[in-house]
Amino acid sequence: MMALSKKMLEQEPSEIELLLPWHASGTLNARDARRVEEALARDPELAKQYAVIREEYAATVHLNEGLGGPPPRAMLKLFAAIDAEPARKPSAWLTARTRIADFFATRSPRTLAWSASLAVLALLLQAGVIAVMVAKNQPSTYETASLSTNEPESMTRALAPEAAPRAAETAAPPRALVRFAPDARMADVTALLDSYHAQILDGAESGMFRLQFGSRSMTSDEAAALVARLQKEKIVSLAVAAP
Amino acid sequence: MQVLYGRHHVRVFRFGLRLVRDEQVAEDLISEVFLDVWRQAGKFEGRSAVSTWLLAITRFKALSVLRRRKDSELEDEAANAIEDTADDPEVATQKKDTSEALRKCLTGLSREHREIVDLVYYHEKSVEEVAEIVGIPENTVKTRLFYARKKLAELLKAAGVERGWP
Repeated sequence: MMALSKKMLEQEPSEIELLLPWHASGTLNARDARRVEEALARDPELAKQYAVIREEYAATVHLNEGLGGPPPRAMLKLFAAIDAEPARKPSAWLTARTRIADFFATRSPRTLAWSASLAVLALLLQAGVIAVMVAKNQPSTYETASLSTNEPESMTRALAPEAAPRAAETAAPPRALVRFAPDARMADVTALLDSYHAQILDGAESGMFRLQFGSRSMTSDEAAALVARLQKEKIVSLAVAAP
Repeated sequence: MQVLYGRHHVRVFRFGLRLVRDEQVAEDLISEVFLDVWRQAGKFEGRSAVSTWLLAITRFKALSVLRRRKDSELEDEAANAIEDTADDPEVATQKKDTSEALRKCLTGLSREHREIVDLVYYHEKSVEEVAEIVGIPENTVKTRLFYARKKLAELLKAAGVERGWP
């Protein structure tokens, strides 16, 4: 690891070394932050460079904070220009996002943490209610009105060719264990769940949530593709297929 | 719009000012940016944070302003900036004030280096967000910041400040 930071100046910088500034500003995802922390603990040269980066970080913030802000006339000028514009409706997206941002900005971190916990609890309750409803509505094997289990064997044989292509399918809808990025917002998580038709089955053990996708079974290839797509999502740190 | 302006105008102004280095131009810039936001609000798709979107517009407008200036003006400005930086840190070093020297040298970086340093350290943008704002690949974002930091170290060294890296 010492070599990792030694080589930095003569050769190409290492992957971890390149991430140090983002670690200082706290914008790495959980996985990269952990990798950097481990490397810093092992490599004193890298830790020394990180201390230098912290100085740069502080100096940059200090420099920018010292620049002041625009005079009030800039705002007057802007709103005069807007008044001169033809009337238009503001973007629904922008309005919603601003409102959400305002809501979170006025809450303390502790309140936000409680709100997040309650939101997760609400999602789990919702998942539970849905699961119970689905279970109640699912007919049991022996309640079928049109097909008795005592039907002649030929009936089963007749269905067999149709059933064959589905042999590679998983018995239940695909599931995955997912860890969301630490900076993932509740609105993003909800949007992701909607877009994947996913529900949270349980969590968050070790920060991982067990998700179920849709209500139909998939082939193992489809399930693997779905998990791979999920792993590429910006707010997902880790996604692995789960039973 | 007032809420949006109230929340973001200072950072947008500072980012613009660091790029164009002229308060009056930065002041005009901020009006142009928010007027554009007003006009294009319908095009915002919410794929990125509002601040990322605003900084990308600010950068685009700042570069347009810089392009409008004559090449000679730009060269003079760059030369002055470097000259200032070389002098001031020496004074700061005499006062044993490394932080002051650091700040002076930060102003002496090239426009490309200044913007990436500010976006990461001050505006706290992730690799992906910087890539979106600057319009370069994520790997280039990482290496560009690395070389900006090396340049900063060179400026400090020239001013007699040794920090143990590189």
